[in-house]
Amino acid sequence: MALIEIDGAVKRYGTAVALDGVSLRVEARECLALVGESGSGKTTLLRTINRLTELDRGRVLVRGDDVNATDPIRLRRSIGYVQQDGGLIPHWTCAANASLVPGLLGQQDAAGRGVRGLAAVGLDPEVFADRYPRELSGGQRQRVAIARAVAAGPDILLMDEPFGALDAITRAEAQDTFLALRASAGVTAVFVTHDVAEAMRVATRIAVMRAGRVTLEAPARDLVRRATGYAAELLDKAGVTA
Amino acid sequence: MSRPSGRLLLLSLAVVVSVIRQAASPQAVLGQAAEGPIVVASKPFAESYILAETFAQLLESHGYAVDRRPGLGMTEILMQALIAGDIDVYPEYTGTGLAAVLGETVAGDAVSVFNRVSEVFEARWDLRWLPPLGFENTYAMAMRREAADSLGLNSLSGLAAHAPGLAGGFSPDFIGRADGLDGLAAAYAIRFRATRSLMQAIKYQALAEGAVDVIDAYSTDGAITRYDLAVLADDRGFFPPYDAAPLVGGALYEDRPDAVLALNRLAGRIGVEAVRQANERLEVEGWPVAEVAAALLAEIGLADAPAAITDAAEQGDPSAAGTPSTERGRRDRSLAGTLVALPGHMWDNRSYLVRQIGRHALLVLTSLGSAILVAIPAGLMLERRRALAGSAIRLAGILQTIPGIALLAFMIPVLGIGVAPAVAALFLYSLLPILRNTYTGIIEAAPDAVAAGRALGMTELQLLQRIRLPLAAPVIMAGVRTAAVINVGTATLAAFIGAGGLGDPIVSGLALSDPVMILSGAVPAAALAVLVDWALGGAEAVVAPRGVAEGRR
Repeated sequence: MALIEIDGAVKRYGTAVALDGVSLRVEARECLALVGESGSGKTTLLRTINRLTELDRGRVLVRGDDVNATDPIRLRRSIGYVQQDGGLIPHWTCAANASLVPGLLGQQDAAGRGVRGLAAVGLDPEVFADRYPRELSGGQRQRVAIARAVAAGPDILLMDEPFGALDAITRAEAQDTFLALRASAGVTAVFVTHDVAEAMRVATRIAVMRAGRVTLEAPARDLVRRATGYAAELLDKAGVTA
Repeated sequence: MSRPSGRLLLLSLAVVVSVIRQAASPQAVLGQAAEGPIVVASKPFAESYILAETFAQLLESHGYAVDRRPGLGMTEILMQALIAGDIDVYPEYTGTGLAAVLGETVAGDAVSVFNRVSEVFEARWDLRWLPPLGFENTYAMAMRREAADSLGLNSLSGLAAHAPGLAGGFSPDFIGRADGLDGLAAAYAIRFRATRSLMQAIKYQALAEGAVDVIDAYSTDGAITRYDLAVLADDRGFFPPYDAAPLVGGALYEDRPDAVLALNRLAGRIGVEAVRQANERLEVEGWPVAEVAAALLAEIGLADAPAAITDAAEQGDPSAAGTPSTERGRRDRSLAGTLVALPGHMWDNRSYLVRQIGRHALLVLTSLGSAILVAIPAGLMLERRRALAGSAIRLAGILQTIPGIALLAFMIPVLGIGVAPAVAALFLYSLLPILRNTYTGIIEAAPDAVAAGRALGMTELQLLQRIRLPLAAPVIMAGVRTAAVINVGTATLAAFIGAGGLGDPIVSGLALSDPVMILSGAVPAAALAVLVDWALGGAEAVVAPRGVAEGRR
């Protein structure tokens, strides 16, 4: 059984079609990258997984259960989530931010989980635990956001352009952190990005999206070989060649 | 989520309504209970104060309890209050009743004017004109004597030719009424170079200093002789007869005939000389109102309960006159003299001033508290219904653009006079800053953190309690601070509709041309506004969450 299963997902906003019949499966412990340009539907698709967006047609199963039959609050607390701008709570310290979800779940030693989360993303709790978000760099803030997403130990992690606003060097470091974290925690991830090179670096499998449809789905290492048409154009633009 | 906030709004509304009801009840009872005190009011100028106080002392000497509302308002406000039963009697002039209230033009002599207003006021509003007191206080156009002499002017018909070179200064009352400036200008074809609206208190000084050339004076003003002014004759008989008489509400007239008989003892007894002297004593010599009225009653032979009257007069007890007492003796009207006299005056009237500060604080706290209880939940609700936000905030904005005095006047037909309409008006005034700041504060509170919190499983209530409200708190507090400062200032206007507060000495001082009395209300009111601003500024810093802005804790 796939950990996440999307069948015939359709979503419209007025006359605009965001998702036009998407079906995808994400197996445990893999990292699926959703790649495409703005408006391709990749973020909408990501948000259907933790029910931030509800489908007009089709269904989403998480761990075998239809998300529409699941309490959205409980569902979201069981899934890590990182967005592009971090979205840290500005008047909470890094430690408080990182222990948000353990606290919401009423887990024992929520504070300790937050601190361990900080350590897991390479931030020394001694230095960072009591700092406020505005005292951090952009890269450090995204690391805290990842710590917050994984502190409660979820089996699924949703990443929405998490490193899109970072400069090239900071971005590479953040990608390394993410890879290391996945290697140690074995968490399943869906990673939205418009950067094909980033997708090839962090993902095990890649789905190329355009106009609400998946145009190509391939293992990351086979993408360059199998790309034709639009997917080949995207690779070209990104400067990735066979 | 929208349902609980809707219920919260209803609950807050219910609280406000009950607060207003409670505040209103003492006033409501006064006019209705047959055995309650008789409510005597006046217009905000010296002669009206004296006549009302004379009525009050006469009634008290006949054993009636009296509730004084001196300077309650101009004709429109007093008429409404009388019709509503909030007051029982006030001194009015027949010509005013005819022209300003009924909008009719002069018809015949004093007797026919009195008969006309008596008939119509009773038929239309169940109000009764008691017999005239015995003097007329008509309008008189006055000029500096040397100016009138150099133009060779002695009548209004001669003024038309020179008016385009002259500036007029008139009381707002005179400018606004049918038998005032417009009617005069039409009857004599007069067009002034400029006209300025001047309060009674500063009109004579403005004329003497040459800021204006013509003013409307009252024929009973002591100032006409004091400033040696030339009065232009009304040679075409434009001004109707202005006989002074008590105007009485139907309830008093029918339920307490003995009180009406007591007031009727004044009929024909007060001559123009006696009034001019009384005005001079109050405005120039600085006697307390209670003493001026007691002396007037004694001089016309009606001081038949001297003990009660002299007690009140000797103590200079402010409650007896409803206004603060003034030291006897000629006033030094210079700035230095005013400032020197201020501390002593404030000390002498400390219990009165403390009471007015308390009343002021009550007005502000009740209205501001109600506004907080309504506007903050409403602002939170608007965040859930953003489509409504624009129109709701615009509506509150319109309320706030209504001038304070106009908003207070709108309240009178609904809530009568006194504390209730003042609190209601101040409440409406306070809504906008709090509503707008709550809404924008909540909307602008770290939207990305709210989105992330929601994606990680925070409930809407948790988002509100843990993220939005803490971040919006300083913005909301800034709105409360703005509302509070506006409120403290606007509450001084509440005195115009009988709600008291620090506007009370200001209104009295304006009416009595007493700058010391004006400042004794204005200085504490300004200090209160500064204090409130400072205290709530501190509160703003206290509620600001850590980690958000630089330099905070």
